[in-house]
Amino acid sequence: MNAVAENSAAAEAPVVIRVEGVTKVYQMGRNEVHALRGITLSVRRGEMLAIMGHSGSGKSTLMNVLGCLDTPTAGTYDLDGVRVNGLSKNELADLRNQKLGFVFQGFNLLARTSALENVELPMLYDRSGRRRDTRALARKSLERVGLGERLDHHPSELSGGQQQRVAIARALVTEPTVLLADEPTGNLDSRTSIEIMALFQELNEQGITILVVTHEPDIACYARRIVEVRDGRILRDEPLTNRRSAADDLRALAVEAT
Amino acid sequence: MRQSVLLKVATQSILKNKLRTFLTMLGIVIGVAAVIVMVAVGYGAQESIQKQIGSLGTNMIMIMPGASTAGGVNQGAATFNRLTPADFEKLQRESLLLSAVSPVVFTTAQAISGQGNWRTRINGVSTQYQQIRDWPVDQGTFFTEADVRSARKVAVLGATVAKNLYPNGDAVGQQIQIRDVPFTVAGVLRPKGQNAGGMDADDIILVPYTTAQSRLSGRQRVGQIIGSASSPQDVPAAQEEIRGILRESHKLGESEEDDFTIRNQDEIAAAASSATQVMTLLLAAIASISLLVGGIGIMNIMLVSVTERTREIGIRMAIGARGSDVLTQFLVESVAISVIGGIIGVLLGLAGAALLGHFTGWTTVTPPEAIVIAVGFSAAVGVFFGFYPARQAAALNPIQALRYE
Repeated sequence: MNAVAENSAAAEAPVVIRVEGVTKVYQMGRNEVHALRGITLSVRRGEMLAIMGHSGSGKSTLMNVLGCLDTPTAGTYDLDGVRVNGLSKNELADLRNQKLGFVFQGFNLLARTSALENVELPMLYDRSGRRRDTRALARKSLERVGLGERLDHHPSELSGGQQQRVAIARALVTEPTVLLADEPTGNLDSRTSIEIMALFQELNEQGITILVVTHEPDIACYARRIVEVRDGRILRDEPLTNRRSAADDLRALAVEAT
Repeated sequence: MRQSVLLKVATQSILKNKLRTFLTMLGIVIGVAAVIVMVAVGYGAQESIQKQIGSLGTNMIMIMPGASTAGGVNQGAATFNRLTPADFEKLQRESLLLSAVSPVVFTTAQAISGQGNWRTRINGVSTQYQQIRDWPVDQGTFFTEADVRSARKVAVLGATVAKNLYPNGDAVGQQIQIRDVPFTVAGVLRPKGQNAGGMDADDIILVPYTTAQSRLSGRQRVGQIIGSASSPQDVPAAQEEIRGILRESHKLGESEEDDFTIRNQDEIAAAASSATQVMTLLLAAIASISLLVGGIGIMNIMLVSVTERTREIGIRMAIGARGSDVLTQFLVESVAISVIGGIIGVLLGLAGAALLGHFTGWTTVTPPEAIVIAVGFSAAVGVFFGFYPARQAAALNPIQALRYE
């Protein structure tokens, strides 16, 4: 399959994430907790990264820093040419709005709000006002993740996999530089998990940069590159040679079932 | 975030919890309705008093004996009586700005007719009294200049007196006894209703002041002199003129203070309305306390709402909402609750005031500015009590908010 083939063009693509010597220290009462102890990482456009690690490894903190939800104690972070260190809360909010798309483990959709309105939401917070027809864009984004038929459904009327697709549509609608997925399959059964990973692979084929944080090797194996974090440091950072195709796995599952 | 979207988000979350929103709103509804009813009652009282004072007469000026201040000590009017028929005659002769003037000799007596008896006020006046008080007769005639000059024993009855002395009607031409003095009834006055003090203006008998002095009171003093200026614009000048004439009549020196008090209708009206204004203000202040309690209710619910929706706030922040966006969202919500509550409260208050007026017979008046102020005030309550919870929401850390279960 083509999707599994190494994307050689990525090697020359521009760097969208550059993290250098980033540390994060939390003050917990009288104790200092070193969540990150010097992380250096760069991601080029079009890559698909799996950030792996056990709980307490610092991968969540790294995710928060990369997601501009938190700022590093030391070190520098550049996102798409913007130095994130020292930005105000409002500037961070705008940066999240314009350059990042989030997908969470718990889907995090607004309840009692239709799929379409959920996807529309990030555009409503866009201060540049560059997108006029937010409705149409939201619809297009939902169609892109295969939910064109369920625009007016509320999250409670959708399955877990469908909810996660809505979340992905919401993350994609602003055409972010990077899509950050934090344990995106943690609340899904294995088959749906593979479906979601197939969607990520498909989107990555279309050129979208994706970072998936996971502790499951079964999920990480769909990425192009694996970064393993332990005790706040990067233990391993290497391209995946035997990358799996989620679409192929799905097909295999279908055959097994019959 | 766009305004229309803000409103939509606010409506959504308000509708999400209908019962809770309704109960929260109820505090504001009751508060505003209470304020509206109280103000309506207060203004109604004010208006009916103004109407009564207006019915006193036209461009009326009252002269009462006694100084309002004597040597810096306020003695009140009528401390000692120094108004005489001579003062009245001098005013009648010399005043250019008064179109009518009449003395008023006060007394109270039992009046007896063939059909009944009635204790009432008896005022000795001149023929011009009719013109000053704008008070025509319904039956018969008023007494004449000649009656006054000759101190004839004629009387004009107020409607209430006529009704009590002659239940069968037909008082004109009959004989009544006042303090054993027989009087002929010349006429019956048109009913005037309540006067400014809440008393029955028609419970009165008018007789020539000359007759009142010689036959009834036996005193030379005059209780009051009332006059009517030619036009409303002339009232202040007429007051000055009266002052000059009376000072001359009383032979007061430069340094001596007036031994009489002159008041015009507007001053009387102002005094009366300042009393009711205080009452209105007091009623409204008491009612606003319930509005305040309603505001605290809003704050309470908004704080609960912020806690409940911590995760939602986290989601919004993660996808790029600024603190100010979240703040505005919650503020719009609390203001929407309080303004809608305010509008419902105004409608309820108007209905309540109308009902109260219907069942008690009180005049109730709701000034339009009271409605505007009530709605504006409830919006202010929404902002004031919504601000703290909204700021709590805006200050949330997105990471912790997202993790909140």
